[in-house]
Amino acid sequence: MRLAHQFAVENDLVRGDMIEVTEFPYLVERYSVQGVPRTVINESSAIEGALPEAMFVEQVLAAVGRRA
Amino acid sequence: MALLNDRDRRKVQADLAQLRGPVKLVTFTQELACQFCRENDQLMRELSGLSDKISVEVYNFQLDKEQVARYGIDKIPATVVEGTRDFGVRFYGVPMGYEFISLLEAIKDAARGTTSLKPETKAALAGIETPVHLQVLVTPT
Repeated sequence: MRLAHQFAVENDLVRGDMIEVTEFPYLVERYSVQGVPRTVINESSAIEGALPEAMFVEQVLAAVGRRA
Repeated sequence: MALLNDRDRRKVQADLAQLRGPVKLVTFTQELACQFCRENDQLMRELSGLSDKISVEVYNFQLDKEQVARYGIDKIPATVVEGTRDFGVRFYGVPMGYEFISLLEAIKDAARGTTSLKPETKAALAGIETPVHLQVLVTPT
């Protein structure tokens, strides 16, 4: 969770939302949540589970078409 | 009734004593049909009482359309953690349990305007040139 917010602080183009899904149950279906944390990137792809910093940034960059 | 007990309050107060700069917690709420809005607002107010560097601004999700649009809020309860500017840090739902720790960390990062990420991660992030929206879905712990 922390990483998304940290990324947002470091780059103005990044927005990081923490969403408590039990308070927004309709999102469970919309984002096919089967386990948490699940990080949805630009509504188009997702990261399952908590990843170490280096892997997380790599996957985010890959999702938006940049290489780490 | 307070959401933070005396012991938590003392710990949080000590933790926030090192805040480098001002932080504004901007909440979006409404009276009806929002089960957790009141609790969220209360939590933010309790936090602001623990540091003179933290302020709270409360907006009505239905009425304050300009602020809703400005911060890009689409559901409530919502909390924006803002430092010298809006970094894009949002909490939807009440950050309790483990997410309360995330909130404290977000407050400290927003106050500093930087994070403890590794230099190589920061360098990689600097390469992002298009908007990226990360939504981290969590459950209470």
